[in-house]
Amino acid sequence: MNLTLNIWRQKNNVDKGGFREYKVSDISKDMSFLEMLDVLNEQLAEKGEDPVHFDHDCREGICGMCSLYINGKPHGPLQTTTCQLHMRSFKDGETITIEPWRAKAFPVMKDLVVDRSAFDRIIQAGGYVSVNTGGVPDANEIPIPKRIADEAFDAATCIGCGACVAACKNASAMLFTSAKVSQLAMLPQGQVERKERAEKMIAQMDAEGFGACTNTGACEAECPKGISITNIARMNREYFSAVVSSENV
Amino acid sequence: MILDSKIPEGPLAEKWSRHKFNIKLVNPANKRKYDVIVVGTGLAGASAAASLAELGYNVKAFCFQDSPRRAHSIAAQGGINAAKNYQNDGDSVYRLFYDTIKGGDYRAREANVYRLAEVSVNIIDQCVAQGVPFAREYGGLLANRSFGGAQVSRTFYARGQTGQQLLLGAYSALSRQVANGKVKLYPRTEMMDVVVVDGKASGIVTRNLITGAIESHSAHAVLLCTGGYGNVFFLSTNAMGSNVTAAWRAHKRGALMANPCFTQIHPTCIPVSGDHQSKLTLMSESLRNDGRVWVPATKEISEKLRKGEITANDIKEEDRDYFLERKYPSFGNLVPRDVASRNAKYVCDEGRGVNETGEAVFLDFRDAIKRDTEELIRAKYGNLFDMYQQITGENPYKVPMKIYPAVHYTMGGLWVDYNLMTNIPGLYALGEANFSDHGANRLGASALMQGLADGYFVIPYTVGDYLAQTPYAKIDTDHPEFQKAEQEVKDRISKLLDIPGEKTVDYFHKRLGKIMWDYCGMARTEEGLKKAKSMIKELKTEFWSNVNVLGGNEELNQSLEKAHRVADFLELGELMIDDALNRNESCGGHFREEYQTPEGEALRDDENFAYVSAWQYVGEDEEEVLHKEPLVFENVKLTQRSYK
Ligand SMILES: Cc1cc2nc3c(=O)[nH]c(=O)nc-3n(C[C@H](O)[C@H](O)[C@H](O)COP(=O)(O)OP(=O)(O)OC[C@H]3O[C@@H](n4cnc5c(N)ncnc54)[C@H](O)[C@@H]3O)c2cc1C
Ligand code: SF4
Ligand code: FES
Repeated sequence: MNLTLNIWRQKNNVDKGGFREYKVSDISKDMSFLEMLDVLNEQLAEKGEDPVHFDHDCREGICGMCSLYINGKPHGPLQTTTCQLHMRSFKDGETITIEPWRAKAFPVMKDLVVDRSAFDRIIQAGGYVSVNTGGVPDANEIPIPKRIADEAFDAATCIGCGACVAACKNASAMLFTSAKVSQLAMLPQGQVERKERAEKMIAQMDAEGFGACTNTGACEAECPKGISITNIARMNREYFSAVVSSENV
Repeated sequence: MILDSKIPEGPLAEKWSRHKFNIKLVNPANKRKYDVIVVGTGLAGASAAASLAELGYNVKAFCFQDSPRRAHSIAAQGGINAAKNYQNDGDSVYRLFYDTIKGGDYRAREANVYRLAEVSVNIIDQCVAQGVPFAREYGGLLANRSFGGAQVSRTFYARGQTGQQLLLGAYSALSRQVANGKVKLYPRTEMMDVVVVDGKASGIVTRNLITGAIESHSAHAVLLCTGGYGNVFFLSTNAMGSNVTAAWRAHKRGALMANPCFTQIHPTCIPVSGDHQSKLTLMSESLRNDGRVWVPATKEISEKLRKGEITANDIKEEDRDYFLERKYPSFGNLVPRDVASRNAKYVCDEGRGVNETGEAVFLDFRDAIKRDTEELIRAKYGNLFDMYQQITGENPYKVPMKIYPAVHYTMGGLWVDYNLMTNIPGLYALGEANFSDHGANRLGASALMQGLADGYFVIPYTVGDYLAQTPYAKIDTDHPEFQKAEQEVKDRISKLLDIPGEKTVDYFHKRLGKIMWDYCGMARTEEGLKKAKSMIKELKTEFWSNVNVLGGNEELNQSLEKAHRVADFLELGELMIDDALNRNESCGGHFREEYQTPEGEALRDDENFAYVSAWQYVGEDEEEVLHKEPLVFENVKLTQRSYK
C-alpha cells in the first residue's frame, strides 16, 4: 500500500513544532504501525534527514512505551497499543495524521516523544505496600478469593502508557491513578495504607497538572488494556471515605 | 589470572547460610555513608535498588527507558519458578536445584544454583506481600502450572503477564524508596562507561538521552543489571532497546565475559513474516502444557499445505507427526527449550515446515479445547491467543498456531563469583547480565526467579561484605580517571557522528544479525564459525567507515543511541564466535554439529569442557585471552541428559 503521512515534527521542548507531510510506498499489510514508521525513517536516513523520533521498546504491547495520536485517536483506530496495530487496519492511499500525546502534564520532548514522568511521581506518592524485603508471611498464609484476585489483576494490568490522558478532553489521569488505587484497595495486603494512599496519589495527580474527571468515559474506550472506569468510582469512594476521617485535611 | 569463584566451604545445603554468617556486615548507622549505583531497573535492578535503599544505602538507579517500569522484564509472560511444593507433587529445593543443573546441561556452578533454588521460596512471599496478583485457585490459595524441563508444577504466574506483575511489584518498592529520598532515579540515561580507579569500580559515565549531556557519577559500588544481549541477532524476542553496551564497556575495562556463546533459542515464537520485521514475538512456553506440536508426516502433505491446497484441519490424525511426543514419550511437548527448538529445525530442514517460508511448525490446541472447553483455555491463555491473532490475523481457537524458534535469552554474560562480583572489585553483575546460574540452557520461568533472587536476597548481603571493607571516602568525579573516561566517551561520539558514511545503522545491525543467526545460531560448525568470524571483521571495518549517524550529540538522537549499541554488538559477535569455536562439544543451546550422539542429541565432553570460559579483553583488534574456571560437581552425577 501507499500512504501519505502527516507527522508532527518538533526539534525539542522549546521549539513550536508543526506538521510535515511524507509519502511511503510498498507498505505491507502485515507490518506493524511502528515498522511502517521504521520504513519511513530508513528512507529519511538515506536522504540524510533526521528520522522521526517516537518512543517504543517491547513492541509487544506490554511496556507502555509507545504512544502516538493517530488520526485523532490514541494508539490509532483499534483498542490496542500502537506497536500492536497492524497496517491491515488502514486503506491503500489513506492519509494518516500522527501527533504526540497532548497534555499539559506530558510535555513534548521531540517530535512524537513526550515526558510521562508525572505518572512515576503519582506512583511514588503512594502506589505501593510499605513492606521491606524479607520478614514477610508465607505467600499462602492469607487466602484471597479468586474473584478478588482476578479483579485486582485486571486493574494491575495498566501499562502506564497515558492513552487515557491523551483521550480525555480534560487530560485527566483518573483512570491510571484509580487502577493502582483499586488494585491495592482490593487486596488484603493493601488495607493498612488504603486511605492514605488514595489521598496522596490524588493530591499528586492534581499537583502534576492533570485535569478533572467529568465522567465522559473516553479513557476507558481508548485504554489498550481495557481498564474499567469502575475503578474511578472505586477510587472516589476510597477518597471520600479517606477525607472524612483524614488527619491530613 | 586465577578465577576465584569464592564458593563457600561446607555441604551444599549449608553453604549459603554459612556464608551469610561469615561475611562482614555494615552497621545500620554506617550504611548511609555508602553510595551504590544500580544500572538497570528490570527485575534484578529494581529489586536490588529497592532492597539496598531499604537497608539505608544511598542508591542511584539508571535506565534508558522513560520510566523504570518499562524495563524489558515487563515482557516476560509465562511465570516464575519456586520450590514451594504447594502442590504436594514431590518438589523440593533439591529437585529445583537438580532440574536447573541438569537443564543447563551441567555447565553451571552447583553452589550458585542451589542458593537460587533455596531463596526461590522467599521471592513468592515477597511478591505477594507487595500486592502482586498471582493466579489463584477457588480456595484462595496460589495456583501453579508446569513448565518445560520439569515434572512438577512449581511455576507461579499472573495470567500471561507474570513479568509485568513482578516488575510492577519491584517498581513499587523502588518508587517507595524514591519517595523516601533513598533512591535517585535517572531515567532516559544510558551508561557509557565504568570508571575504575586503583583497580576498583568507582563510578560510571552516562549520557543523558534528552540533552546529550555526558556526566560522571561516583559510588562505592556499581551494580550492572542491564539485561541480556540477544539483540546481537537483530531479530529476537528482546525489547528493541536491549543491548550489551553496559556489560561490554565493563568488559573493555577488564571485566571477564563468560560463556558468551551460550544463547537460548526459544521454540515457541511467531514465525518471521517478511523483511520488514523488526522483532519477534514470543508465545509463552506455558502453551506447551496444552498445545501439541506437530508437522505433517510427509513432505508431500506439507507442500500442499504451503501452496494453500489444504489447511491444517484437513490433515488426518494418522498423517500428523507429533514429533516431540514421539521422540520423548516421558516429557513429550514439555522437553527443555533447546531440545524442542532443535527438533523443530530438523523437521523443517526435512521439508515438513508448515508456512510459506517452510520455517514453522504447528502448536495445536484442538485436543485441549475438546477436553477442557474453549472457555477454560481462554481463561488460561486468553491474552496470548489475542496477541497471536492480532499479529497474524489467524484465530488460534480455530486453526493451530504456527511457531518457530527465535533468539530469546543469553545464558552468557559477565563473569561473577559467588558474591555476584565481577573480577573488578566493587563491580557486580545481576540478572541476565551475568552468566551465573543457567549453564548452557535456561529452564523456563527461571530468569525471573534469578533476577529477583539476585536483587532481593543475594546482593543485599554480598555487597555489604565488600562495603564493610571499603573506606567511607569516595573517589570524586573530578578524579583524572573520570575525566579521562568522559573524554573517551565524547571522542567516540564525535567519531561516530563524523563518519561520512552512506548506510544506516540498521543496515549493519541486520547484516550482523544474519551472520550470527546463520552461523552461530541453533546449529554451529567449525567451518561456518570461521567464515562468520571473517565476515564480522569485514562488517566492523565497513561500519566504522560507512555508517551514517544523523543529527548531533546535544539532542535526543535515536540514531546515535543505536549506533553505539550496534558498534558494541559487532565486537561482542566476534567474541561469541571465538567462544563457540573454542567449545568443541555440544551442550544445551550450544550445538556443534560435529559433536552429537547417533540420535542427534547434544554430545558433551565433560573431560575437556566442564569449565566456564571467561574471556579477557586485552586491546583493540587483539584476540581475547581465555581463562577457565573448572566446574566441580560434588553432588550431581554428570549424565547424558535424557528426556525420553
Ligand atoms: C518475551 C520474553 C518473555 C519471557 N518470559 C519469561 C518467563 O516467563 N519467565 C522467566 O523466568 N523469564 C522470562 N523471560 C526472560 C526474562 O524476562 C529476562 O531474562 C529478565 O527479565 C531479565 O531481567 P533483568 O533485570 O536482568 O534485565 P532487564 O529487564 O532486561 O532490564 C535491563 C535494564 O537495564 C537497563 N539498561 C540496559 N543497558 C543500559 C545502559 N547502557 N544504560 C542504562 N541502563 C541500561 C534497561 O533500561 C533496563 O532497565 C522472558 C524474556 C522475553 C524476551
Ligand atoms: S489506564 Fe489504560 S490508557 Fe491509562 S495508562 Fe493505564 S493502560 Fe494506558
Ligand atoms: S512498545 Fe511496548 S507497549 Fe508498545
